Amino acid sequence: MSAAAPSPRGEPLLRVEDLRVEFPGEDGIVHAVDGITYQVFPGRTLGIVGESGSGKTVSSLTALGLTRRQGARISGRILFDGQDLLSLPEDKLRAIRGNDIAMIFQDPLSSLHPLYKVGRQLIEAVRAHRDVSRAAARERAVELLDLVGIPDPARRVDEYPHEFSGGMRQRVMIAMALANEPRLLFADEPTTALDVTVQAQILMLMERLQRELGMAIVMITHDLGVVAEMADDIAVMYAGRIVETSSAARLFATPEHPYTWGLLKSIPRLDGPREQDLVPIPGTPPSLINPPSGCHFHPRCPYAQPEHSRIDPALEPVPDEDQHHVACLLDSSTRKGLWEQLQAGNTPEQALAEVAAAEGAAT
Amino acid sequence: MSGPAPATPPASLFGATSAPLPRPAADGGAPLVRVQQLVKHFPITRGIIIRRSVGAVKAVDDVSFEIRSGETLGLVGETGCGKSTTARLITRLLEPTSGRIEFSGNDITHLRGSKLKAIRREVQMIFQDPYSSLNPRKTIGSIIGEPFAIHGLLKDKGERKREVQRLMETVGLNPEHYNRYPHEFSGGQRQRIGVARALALQPKLLIADEPVSALDVSIQAQVLNLLRDLQRRLGLTIVFIAHDLSVVRHMCDRVAVMYLGKIVEIGGNDELYDFPRHPYTAALLAAVPHADPARHGEQRPVLSGDVPSPANPPQACRFHTRCPKAQELCSTKEPVLEDKGSGTIAACHFPLSHEEVAGMGVRSAR
Repeated sequence: MSAAAPSPRGEPLLRVEDLRVEFPGEDGIVHAVDGITYQVFPGRTLGIVGESGSGKTVSSLTALGLTRRQGARISGRILFDGQDLLSLPEDKLRAIRGNDIAMIFQDPLSSLHPLYKVGRQLIEAVRAHRDVSRAAARERAVELLDLVGIPDPARRVDEYPHEFSGGMRQRVMIAMALANEPRLLFADEPTTALDVTVQAQILMLMERLQRELGMAIVMITHDLGVVAEMADDIAVMYAGRIVETSSAARLFATPEHPYTWGLLKSIPRLDGPREQDLVPIPGTPPSLINPPSGCHFHPRCPYAQPEHSRIDPALEPVPDEDQHHVACLLDSSTRKGLWEQLQAGNTPEQALAEVAAAEGAAT
Repeated sequence: MSGPAPATPPASLFGATSAPLPRPAADGGAPLVRVQQLVKHFPITRGIIIRRSVGAVKAVDDVSFEIRSGETLGLVGETGCGKSTTARLITRLLEPTSGRIEFSGNDITHLRGSKLKAIRREVQMIFQDPYSSLNPRKTIGSIIGEPFAIHGLLKDKGERKREVQRLMETVGLNPEHYNRYPHEFSGGQRQRIGVARALALQPKLLIADEPVSALDVSIQAQVLNLLRDLQRRLGLTIVFIAHDLSVVRHMCDRVAVMYLGKIVEIGGNDELYDFPRHPYTAALLAAVPHADPARHGEQRPVLSGDVPSPANPPQACRFHTRCPKAQELCSTKEPVLEDKGSGTIAACHFPLSHEEVAGMGVRSAR
């Protein structure tokens, strides 16, 4: 491994503790987020990776108080700068939302009001939290559009959302999120709806703004390429839980959870060997109403043992590596062996056989 | 319980255990499809009572290429580049404005009626959205059996059912689910239903339009492996349309890159990905994020601006407004597709050199 990154730590800006979010529904209770804990540090980016229905979006909406109205049952704590956001009354929360904490959504077209000029929407974002004149807010709106790289901002501030392209709309959304210089930005799949060349522009913009403004980012995505490029730390979510978390470098070099392996091995890479077949994760993501017993991943895990359907693994540190946590019932040495086999191009079955043979020889 | 029990397809379908099989010889095959100077303009009209044409969206503008028998040809490009329109023209779902389409040596450009129906048997399509492309009120047995009904084949009910169940097995669905409805299946399984329906008539050409972009990462690999495996076993010719360059590289033998209704570069997979000559191809490749944090912070050239409107594309070379190498010639003279000496055919006055490509951070396995 390369030299360890300088310790980022210090005081976390956001600390989520044992957060649970449940939605009672007709068919039963949907356990959208099932006890997750994570921290975000100032100036750093946390990537939350997972597939649809893994709870990654609900957990951040909850931090902003946006699931309250939907009848969600919420427990746990979300500490922002020492205050518990979950126990704040709506008006106090509103003072923080859009001011200290902002969010960018996936679809820039449906997040902008189609009948108002973008300038008016930006002015509203500024004046919601700052007691400034309309003219001053407008000046700020132009400045913001310029900041996010929209050419000719003084003219475009008077245009409607439909006059902007997809990439430009996402820039407007970012401008709006940055209006009050937030300390924390939630970005929920900010580039998923965009073409690759525009995606590259937006990612570079976010990195530049983070450097300049020093804000912390929580980047929610299903795209491992995007997190690899943006995140300092990564949390992998599956069925409402975090199954693995560590620094980005470590997660890609020595992942420990079979689900993370599955994700890494099921995407074709531009710099990988072409002839190798992809290794899909068998089966489909589980129901959140009736999640599987024991380890939630066991029905799809090629390495699951019979007892894994009964025992629920906790998120525990990997031996000798206190910043790398994993929720897996396999032995750490077994996991290391399996990952080595997978890296060598073996299938899960071959890897399992090899590791079993090696362990048999050792005893 | 929610949803169906996941069908367990025969292990071999996933291809995970099979060693790489020899790919069909793509170079030796005769062209199955030949497209010449294909044009599709969609008129822009004004007026409600008296409609008049005030312009045209030049979705596909003078495109020529061949699809060789047994190969997988990838069509890539950004939104609005004309890749889906090209596919719809080949399947004759859209009427071309001008140009010529040959299938197995026969001109099919303006076929109608029963002759067109006969061609439709040979060319089948898989769509992007597995939710809207399946009729929610029909059982999957009748969805997959529909092509037989349309073409008056397998009139015997029992025989048709047996064939449908065989198809379901081929694509890794449980044949016992014959009487279930689309909503009872997950996204990946629905895409398998779409594949089974497309295979029913044993077509010569399969057109897959973004077949995995609506699916979750873990499910994508299942469908990609299925398509690759089917191609090897059945010797299908596939046109694979996608915006994800890594997926296209994984799936295709040859790749055509489109920009604003034109093919800007076309070539064998290895050559195109390792030695792209057109600046747009290289820019697309450089823009793909790599799942490798070691490359975090690496500076790479990023194209500025957006794709111009296809209703009013730039003169001459359409890429010149965004091209880092553009010179005056590019805005006055349209470049033609020609061999640039590294295995690909590109339309560019100032093609990239090896050094320039290396400098853009385009790096693959070789």
